[in-house]
Amino acid sequence: MSAATLSAPQRAPVPSLPRRANGRVLPGFKLTLGYTILYLSLIVLIPLSSLLFKTLTLTWDQFWQAVTSPRVLASYQLTFGASFVAALVNVFFGLLVAWVLVRYPFPGKKLVDALVDLPFALPTAVAGIALTALLAGNGWVGQLLEPHGIKLAFNRNGIVIALIFISLPFVVRTVQPVLEDAEKELEEAATCLGATRWQTFKYVIFPSIAPALLTGFAMAFARAIGEYGSVIFIAGNVPMVSEITPLIIIGKLEQYDYAGATAVAVVMLVISFVLLLLINALQAWQRRHSGAAS
Amino acid sequence: MNGMQTVRRTRSGTTEPLWVRWTLISVALGFIFLFLLLPLAAVFTEALRKGVSAYLHALQEPDAWTAVRLTLLTAAIAVPLNLVFGVAAAWTIAKFEFRGKAFLTTLVDLPFSVSPVVAGLVYVLLFGAHGWIGPWLQAHDIKVVFAVPGIVLATVFVTFPFIARELIPLMQAQGTEEEQAAMVLGATGWQIFWHVTLPSIKWGLVYGVILCNARAMGEFGAVSVVSGHIRGQTNTMPLHVEILYNEYQSVAAFAVASLLALLAVLTLVIKSVVEWQFERDQKAAAHSPSEKPPLAGPFTLTPVHSGLGAS
Repeated sequence: MSAATLSAPQRAPVPSLPRRANGRVLPGFKLTLGYTILYLSLIVLIPLSSLLFKTLTLTWDQFWQAVTSPRVLASYQLTFGASFVAALVNVFFGLLVAWVLVRYPFPGKKLVDALVDLPFALPTAVAGIALTALLAGNGWVGQLLEPHGIKLAFNRNGIVIALIFISLPFVVRTVQPVLEDAEKELEEAATCLGATRWQTFKYVIFPSIAPALLTGFAMAFARAIGEYGSVIFIAGNVPMVSEITPLIIIGKLEQYDYAGATAVAVVMLVISFVLLLLINALQAWQRRHSGAAS
Repeated sequence: MNGMQTVRRTRSGTTEPLWVRWTLISVALGFIFLFLLLPLAAVFTEALRKGVSAYLHALQEPDAWTAVRLTLLTAAIAVPLNLVFGVAAAWTIAKFEFRGKAFLTTLVDLPFSVSPVVAGLVYVLLFGAHGWIGPWLQAHDIKVVFAVPGIVLATVFVTFPFIARELIPLMQAQGTEEEQAAMVLGATGWQIFWHVTLPSIKWGLVYGVILCNARAMGEFGAVSVVSGHIRGQTNTMPLHVEILYNEYQSVAAFAVASLLALLAVLTLVIKSVVEWQFERDQKAAAHSPSEKPPLAGPFTLTPVHSGLGAS
């Protein structure tokens, strides 16, 4: 063992050369790769494949019927619509929060920066009941708005608000590092050339953060689509009106309609895959973009 | 008037006028207050609505304690499992070049993009009474679904990538030179990991572990599908919150929820401390020519994808 470890570096002089596929210098490659693949298969791949096999027990007609019944279609519309609105709201406010955190000094800044991650750390069920308590007719916010005829809980508004909460950090955390790395010289140059501050933002700053904004939007959207815990408390869960797709899956499971639940789950899984690929592509674009800029 | 404007423009060439700055800060803080601080405050106010004694009484209920114990047990199994996996996956992805690496990295991220409800469903399909292994398990009197093993498995699934994706970018940025030097000096693989790699990734490791732990203790959707909601047996804390809430035991529900909220606050505090420590270490090591590796943000799908920028 020690002879091998000692002789290996002599054959391949250590520091300079990049690692070649056949010249792996460090130990543990086979062990860690093997373990990674084994664990990945046991926990993720084999369980996920059970979805596919269960779906194959359905005929195409049965599958199609399960995933396009009116109640399910209404839930897609709601889930995607609410997630889209929530992600859009977060693009706007996420950019604003990231901008303020990076550019302006103000008291309590570190606290706010830490607080942005709260939706990641707070269990979704807790977020759900807390938002419901706030927005219900007798809650702090609800009792102010209810007399004016604005209802935010137990309807679609509540769903959007819960989704804004849980997907809030994504845009902030993708845009923040890009803004931090942005070169002030470009802005100085724009000002020297006579641009107003708004023009500088529109033509210099915004294009450089656009890929990050888009990535953040896609992540927030992807997260919102799958969300269950926070939404069910505040949604009211009325079929055809305020029933999200994950709840449809749960409902079918409770009626022992495993095949139907699986069919809807497959549709959601495929959409998640597409979004994951899209996010990967966006991030590659973002890297190229920032690589070209600097 | 005109002259004054020019003066002000030159003074603030790369920032905004004061009133714009303060408007933006106010709107941003208002948003943070409404969407983050207010819900957090609501949890504690609702929990203490009927006084401290009612609050403490709600926490002393046996079912609440069973839920706390089950949550702790679940995290105590899921976090170490994903820690070992995270280190192994990061070692193999960050320190070696091989075919299919980008694909493997994407697969590691996969559980992040799967809805928690779907994550729970797959285990029901595998281990449930009508599932693949269900009949065999029943014949041998082993319960997975609607029992503790199912809860642990679903939790492991949803927290799967947390530690790995924290370590991969960190270890990639650090390269392999130091490990190779240790090898030349005759260190064994284990010694290299323990004395060379581990000290340089320790903050990333702590970071990943606390985030993984927060999610493991707080997971709701996936666990809800596999648990069966058997009170006092298969109820984790988030599920117990739901049951109490649906029974209109508001104070009790928010009391248990307040424990989870405290956990969240504690997680944020540790996370911030780790980030400051990490930055301090970075500054201390700033003389060395190596580029600064980032501490990847929590949960945000930071670009890890190997191979692309490696060479």
